[in-house]
Amino acid sequence: MLKMSKISKLYRTELVETHALRELDLHVDEGEFVAVTGPSGSGKTTFLNIAGLLESATSGLFELDGEDVSQLNDKQRSRIRNEKVGFIFQSFNLIPDLNLADNVDVPLRYRGWPGAERRKAVGDMLDLVGLGSRQNYLPSQLSGGQQQRVAIARALAGKPRFLLADEPTGNLDSEMAGAVMKLLESINQEGTTIVMVTHDPDLAHRADRNIHILDGRASDVMAAISPNVTPLPDREAARV
Amino acid sequence: MFSYYVRLALTSIRRTPVLSALMVLALGLGIGAFMTTFTVYYLMSGDPIPHKSDVLYAVQLDNWDPNDDPTESASDVQPQLTYQDGQHLMNAETPAVRQAHMYGSDVVVVPEGDEPPFNENVRATYQTFFQMFDVPFVYGGPWDKRADDDHASVIVIGRKLNDRLFNGENSVGKSLQLNDHFYEISGVIDDWQPTPRFYHVDAGRRFSDSEQIFLPFTRAVDLVLGPNGNTNCWAPMDDSLPVIEAFLKSECVWTQFWAELETPEDAAAYKDYLDNYVRDQKQIGRFQRPLNNFLSNVREWLVVNRVVTNDNRVLVRLSFLFLLVCVLNTVGLLMAKFLGKSGEVAVRRAMGASRRAVFIQNLVEVATIGVAGGVAGIGLAWLGLKGIENLYRGYQHLVHLDPVMLATAVGLAVLSAILAGLYPVWRVSRQAPAGLLKAL
Repeated sequence: MLKMSKISKLYRTELVETHALRELDLHVDEGEFVAVTGPSGSGKTTFLNIAGLLESATSGLFELDGEDVSQLNDKQRSRIRNEKVGFIFQSFNLIPDLNLADNVDVPLRYRGWPGAERRKAVGDMLDLVGLGSRQNYLPSQLSGGQQQRVAIARALAGKPRFLLADEPTGNLDSEMAGAVMKLLESINQEGTTIVMVTHDPDLAHRADRNIHILDGRASDVMAAISPNVTPLPDREAARV
Repeated sequence: MFSYYVRLALTSIRRTPVLSALMVLALGLGIGAFMTTFTVYYLMSGDPIPHKSDVLYAVQLDNWDPNDDPTESASDVQPQLTYQDGQHLMNAETPAVRQAHMYGSDVVVVPEGDEPPFNENVRATYQTFFQMFDVPFVYGGPWDKRADDDHASVIVIGRKLNDRLFNGENSVGKSLQLNDHFYEISGVIDDWQPTPRFYHVDAGRRFSDSEQIFLPFTRAVDLVLGPNGNTNCWAPMDDSLPVIEAFLKSECVWTQFWAELETPEDAAAYKDYLDNYVRDQKQIGRFQRPLNNFLSNVREWLVVNRVVTNDNRVLVRLSFLFLLVCVLNTVGLLMAKFLGKSGEVAVRRAMGASRRAVFIQNLVEVATIGVAGGVAGIGLAWLGLKGIENLYRGYQHLVHLDPVMLATAVGLAVLSAILAGLYPVWRVSRQAPAGLLKAL
């Protein structure tokens, strides 16, 4: 699903050069639930941004769903982002002036689906996250956990095959975090590949596999401890 | 997608009402000031009779004081003719299809019934006037040539006067008292307001109402209806003659003269006729200056008479500069507005919006602000024009915004807003989404 080979990311200013990623090699199979851990400043978010085509790598090869996406232009990257990738953010990032239905509708608008199809998808997704009856609510009228569920509905509305989650439970209390994790796990069970950045070791251990990033390198690979998942041999190949 | 973008624009405008109102106000002020001056300029410089302006010619004959400054252009020659010259041309065989000799006067209208008498401007002219200037009739028509020859007591009245005196009914054949005499109405003309009032561009009256009463020139002279426009004389009148006769035979200019000439060849032949007439007059001691006769079609005539002054042009330029200042202010306000939208833009980019989609979405928002600014500008321009109407008499036909001006105002506002918004919108669409996702 995702294959990065010798991916580097260098940020330059007039005074300093910062290596956010250093020849990172990483491989995520279709259907996996991978947790990415690492200390602050290690390069986790940069990895996530490159994986989600929000940023380009300075060098290296990146394939997403079998397609080399290293050299695509903005329009092509936007199309792939829209069709294949879903994002979940720590701070939910719902658009405050739009109601829940319109928030979930955002990626579908750029997909160009007809109105009836969009409305059905929006309704289905909000039902899935248990907020179908609150389509006209504004985000500010919801709790943090509910907002994150809406964000998940938005990420899933276009039926992406690849979900990127950046600290999805970081702003939630443990009860809500647990509920969100359950939702992500059920989504993964349905076949969606998930890469989740987290600081929380408990959440990381619920994933199929953990990747530890340190100083811009994927420095450690741990097999998941979940009894239900048997690590595949090629999954273990993801290393520096 | 366009309706979606408009909906998003309205939502965004509601989110920042003060900032949005400031932008609408800035654009509205600029548009309002520009449209006020430009509307006056546009109406002043408009062609009042576009389908015939190239075949209608005003006549100028330089009968002025030989000791006066030399003539360099038509603007240096008196814009009116003497009575005797106008009458000669009117009765001569010339290459013109039609000619009209005329002057403005005023009378007291004495209505039947209880309504008190009132003053009304009249135009003394010939029956050719109406066909020459394509004056539209609602009832009847002009008087005939015999009425001119017979100095008949007939009149044509305007729709407003007909509404006032006859409740808008067909008054043809009815009688109306002007001063001490009764006149038979031969026709009622529709609303007819050439702007500028090119056929008589006296300073101060060039944008006045058209007359509501027209009567034969010959009859008006018989009744000694004096001119109510400018009368300029350079030589003393003949003391040996009765006053009226001396005035009519004087070198005083107070009448207007127009000729309809269908081709440039006709115009050249007519000019030759004028020159020959003046040469003949020189033989009897008149026209002592060099040959300075001019024929000016309608558009040329407005230039000759400086209907659009340099002040008007300077005002238009100044107000355009003011509009530019307003647009520059709007650029700053838009920068502030779009800075606050970085987070939303980043989310949309993450959800699959291309830079182009973000650019178009925000450009639609800017254009929406422009439309609101245009509407505000129209309101302010209307107030500005009302102010001009109150300050300056005779400008009442310049204080309306016609459909062309309304469309221009909105178009200009949208264009201004888009110009103001291009850089801020371009910037926001170029921002890298990755670093801004926490800015929502």
